[in-house]
Amino acid sequence: MKDTPLNTSGPSFTKVIKPCGAHRNRALTRQARQLGFAGVSLKASDIFFLRGETDTANLRFIVPRLLDEAQGEATRLEVGTTTVPAGRLVIEVARRAGVTDRVAAQLAESAARSGCRIEAATGSRFEMTGAGELPEKDLRFLVHNLLCNPVIETWSFGEVQPGFTSAPTEESSTVEIVPLCGLPPEGLARINNERALALDPEEMEAVVQWFTAEGRDPTDAELETIAQTWSDHCSHKTFVARIETDQGEVVPLLRQLRETTRAMKAPFVISAFDGNAGIVAFADGVQLAIKAETHNHPSAIEPFGGANTGVGGVIRDVLAAPARPVALTDILCFGPRELDHHNLPDGVLHPAVIEEGVVEGVADYGNKMGVPTVAGAVLYDAGYTANPLVFCGCVGEVLQGYDKLSGPQPGDRVLVVGGATGRDGIRGATFSSMTMDATTGEVAGASVQIGDPIMERLVADLLIELLDRPDPLVRALTDCGAGGLSSAVGELGETTGVSVDLTAVDRKYAGLQPWEVWLSEAQERMVLAVPPAQTAAVLKRVRHLGLSACDIGEFTGDRRLLVRHGAKPVVDLPMEFLHKGRPVRRLRAVLPSPDRKPDTRRREADIPKTLLALLAHPNIASKEAIIHRYDHEVLGATVIRPMAGSAQSGPSDGTVIAPPQRPSGFALGIGVNARYGLYDPEHMAHAVVDEAMRNITASGADPAQTALLDNFSWGDPRRPETLGDLVATVRGCCAAAQLYGAPFVSGKDSLNNEYVASDGTRRSIPPTLVITALAHVPEADRSIGTALRGAGHALVLTGRTTREFGGSHFNLVTGDESGTVPAPDTSAPARYRRIHALVREGLVESAHDVSEGGLAVTLAEMAIGGRLGIEATLDDPDECSALFSESLGRLVLEVRAENIPRILESLGAEAKVIGKVVKSYHLHLGTHTWAGTDLEHAWRGPTS
Amino acid sequence: MKPPAIVLTAPGTNRQNDAAFALEQAGAAPVCVDLLDLPGRRGEIERAKLIVIAGGFSYGDALGSGRVFALEAERLLGDLLAEKVAQGTPILGVCNGFQMLVRSGLLPGALQHNERGHFECRWVALQPSSQLCVWTKGLDEPVRCPVAHGEGRYVAGNAVLEQLRSEDRVAFRYAADDYPDNPNGSVEAIAGVCDSTGLVLGMMPHPENHVTERQGRAMVTAQKRGHALPLFRNGVLAARAS
Repeated sequence: MKDTPLNTSGPSFTKVIKPCGAHRNRALTRQARQLGFAGVSLKASDIFFLRGETDTANLRFIVPRLLDEAQGEATRLEVGTTTVPAGRLVIEVARRAGVTDRVAAQLAESAARSGCRIEAATGSRFEMTGAGELPEKDLRFLVHNLLCNPVIETWSFGEVQPGFTSAPTEESSTVEIVPLCGLPPEGLARINNERALALDPEEMEAVVQWFTAEGRDPTDAELETIAQTWSDHCSHKTFVARIETDQGEVVPLLRQLRETTRAMKAPFVISAFDGNAGIVAFADGVQLAIKAETHNHPSAIEPFGGANTGVGGVIRDVLAAPARPVALTDILCFGPRELDHHNLPDGVLHPAVIEEGVVEGVADYGNKMGVPTVAGAVLYDAGYTANPLVFCGCVGEVLQGYDKLSGPQPGDRVLVVGGATGRDGIRGATFSSMTMDATTGEVAGASVQIGDPIMERLVADLLIELLDRPDPLVRALTDCGAGGLSSAVGELGETTGVSVDLTAVDRKYAGLQPWEVWLSEAQERMVLAVPPAQTAAVLKRVRHLGLSACDIGEFTGDRRLLVRHGAKPVVDLPMEFLHKGRPVRRLRAVLPSPDRKPDTRRREADIPKTLLALLAHPNIASKEAIIHRYDHEVLGATVIRPMAGSAQSGPSDGTVIAPPQRPSGFALGIGVNARYGLYDPEHMAHAVVDEAMRNITASGADPAQTALLDNFSWGDPRRPETLGDLVATVRGCCAAAQLYGAPFVSGKDSLNNEYVASDGTRRSIPPTLVITALAHVPEADRSIGTALRGAGHALVLTGRTTREFGGSHFNLVTGDESGTVPAPDTSAPARYRRIHALVREGLVESAHDVSEGGLAVTLAEMAIGGRLGIEATLDDPDECSALFSESLGRLVLEVRAENIPRILESLGAEAKVIGKVVKSYHLHLGTHTWAGTDLEHAWRGPTS
Repeated sequence: MKPPAIVLTAPGTNRQNDAAFALEQAGAAPVCVDLLDLPGRRGEIERAKLIVIAGGFSYGDALGSGRVFALEAERLLGDLLAEKVAQGTPILGVCNGFQMLVRSGLLPGALQHNERGHFECRWVALQPSSQLCVWTKGLDEPVRCPVAHGEGRYVAGNAVLEQLRSEDRVAFRYAADDYPDNPNGSVEAIAGVCDSTGLVLGMMPHPENHVTERQGRAMVTAQKRGHALPLFRNGVLAARAS
């Protein structure tokens, strides 16, 4: 079995073992059962490895003061090794050296404050019973899925060797020259592959040409810098590519989106597709920055760390806008939870394990940062098993200094602030632009980082201090994300040129190669351009907060990227070549030809059973088990929450955020439906834009003041069919944006979401488009929820229902494949605006949109949220279409009886009264009746 | 004059602005002071008439909730908080602030991991139950507000529990014993306790997040309003009296 000893050369250590407690043992045992190991039970302890001044007197002081739980439940503390009780298997796990470890760092710091100088490392110890009969393969699976992630940890049966991060290693300054010039194509391909550069052959050729003309070969750092800068992740090379189709060349995708926005001339768009985030200013004059990112590949191999740093990364994007983060979103796509682990592809974590880690990772970062996680979605599909998707979004309030950011001037200093730099997260941009396979977890280990949200909280406080003033102390800033300093410094200095010395970069530990310092994606770092006169003041503030700060060089004016390690040159490239030298990608696309013939087949189904099956389907069922793990209340601005009703028992559409000091606020709505994408990508785009718009309309936001965000997660765009789906989707996005008058202000694409199994089969994800709508809420006091408010109220259905079942959840639960994807509803935008006017007049008590599962699900959810009943008639003989079709553009409004005439007058023939709210908790639709408790049980599951 | 109030924070505290807003609404004049600002700003704490220790994840709660906050406060402030209590200053510790007060020994018992094993955020109803506690005295209807914590399960030995009951020091109980009303599995559904003077209240839920009508409008009904502002008004009253 695998056990990689690391840095064990130092002095011996002392081990303190602290049982985690019953809550942790219960959770682990439950998770083992979920994975199919019913007989296994687990007992967990934390291990603290200590060395340095660890004599008995010190331990007697430190242990009770810093580790023991003296009050309440008695805890057992042991110093040294313990004997293993018979019949138990002991597995110890230690965090690898160099991986962020806040607990170890805090322990050493607090011990030092108490006068004891120690080094600390952490780990875990598990005692397992009931595993005696397990085959070794199953045992390994259990260990790798539940107890240890080899990407960041080592493990062993019995005692493990700790990874002390501070182990002294020699400083290194090796700069390798990579001989490229004159190599044949095979040789270039080999280097491309070995160094995981993820460059196209044409791009490698361009690199060789440039260096040949210079008469030299590149350094390792130059080659890595080019690969990061030219990656799909950083340069969106597919979205700016020339794409040829049977119908001729299409306008590059990013240009289509930009031009759509520009042509709409929406007065509230301040900045679109420029810089770190889109910026809008609605009628109240508050400027909002919005951005969403994906962190798919890291989340596949280390779910907690991947999702954790995904949230941290998008928050830094918004900080760099510069803005104060005020809300987070997360849209998660996983494989089926109940998958038999024997059917998992090699090297892939179980979907339930990925889900648990991702949810904990999202919760940990947002909760600790103190930014509420308020909106999102969770989808399950077998296509996401090997390649889960994690979309993280953030909204911020733009800081006062935004208008004064002039960009770097020659002579300005380059400051790196926040965390120190370590060997974590190297080559993230190229990793995310590659296809994954069974060995990805091992080779990409270094590309996973662990976040430190408390550090980022302090970075946020610092930036707010420096920038939320009319005279900001910095002239430009950006975050260190994918590519680390190489892309942050390279981007910031693009127009001026920049010269930096890597020996000035604060390191977590010695031993890093220059290219590693340059490429490291260590988290919680920002790069600032600061006028020399302000440098001392900025550094003082940084250090007051206990953050790392280093002045690594200056912006020059020669438009070159110059990186030195002391006197030794590491990178010397003109910005022109770095940012403009990449040959435009040329791709071929085969456009999809979806079936859009009118559907003539009337469906029959067991309606009572079908509704319960829909409510229980993982995509539709309550997400409360996840939602309640996110702090959605911090900042005190949450008005409409992700769970609806005073018992928090129903689902919300949009969520509304409005600081208590202001009358206005904003709403967030999310649209995503990958199933439509399988059948008709262009109509999927319309459908998910419509869903996001329905959501914000249903919460009381103004659909006429709404901006959109696109996030595409796709397979390999070099496959013409996959690219064709993407082209059709972008076309749908642009058409929908125009239709709704809602411009795109930012977006992001994550391509190459594929996995190649050891038998060579490729698994691509379903084409997944996430649309986020950010909408103005002029009067937050008028915002509404989805839960029914009072018996006696009438229910009004707005919009037209036609027979549209393609990609529907009715098809999913009945095993049908037929039908067409819901078509765009051109009358929807005007209807939403009229509904908004009615909400502003206070005429709507609650509203809920019709989406997956159709009208029956909508009504059931409204009842569950309000714990009230519904009696509705069905005047359509085609019951299945009336109840389960997923036609776009529909909302159900709850209104007081006396307001019905006014509602119908405003909405005209597109609205009709379909029933009323009753006190008795049941749903009565036509001839069918369900008890409210049965609906709730189906939707919320047995744990509610 | 508005009584000067301090919202005490440490690196990782994140609900300080929420607490300051609630104090303003209740008629106090709050400023935030972080442990990083000490000893320079100690005088402001000495002069404060009211102190709120705000929620969040001080020092990441890396060694257990509130532990490093308590150690650092002791290192930097010495016995100042105990002295303030002796002078009659009301102190409220919310969530991480409660955890810190328990670790400091200013309040009895301990706060352990939630029974369900993870962080939980949801609205709860709290029954005020102490007439000794200056913060809950005279509150006549249940307070409704969110919890947002991973380590909020209140536990204490039988002797301590008996003492808390007999001295009227259980300030708040969750509406019922079972999940989700009692979101963390606290013993006797205890959500907040006070010290023997009644001045120091520690509670896991966040009353600072329900001090305007709008914050609660989707969560309350005409019959169940549960505004938490009266709690802060009580604190301000006690501050004026001190």
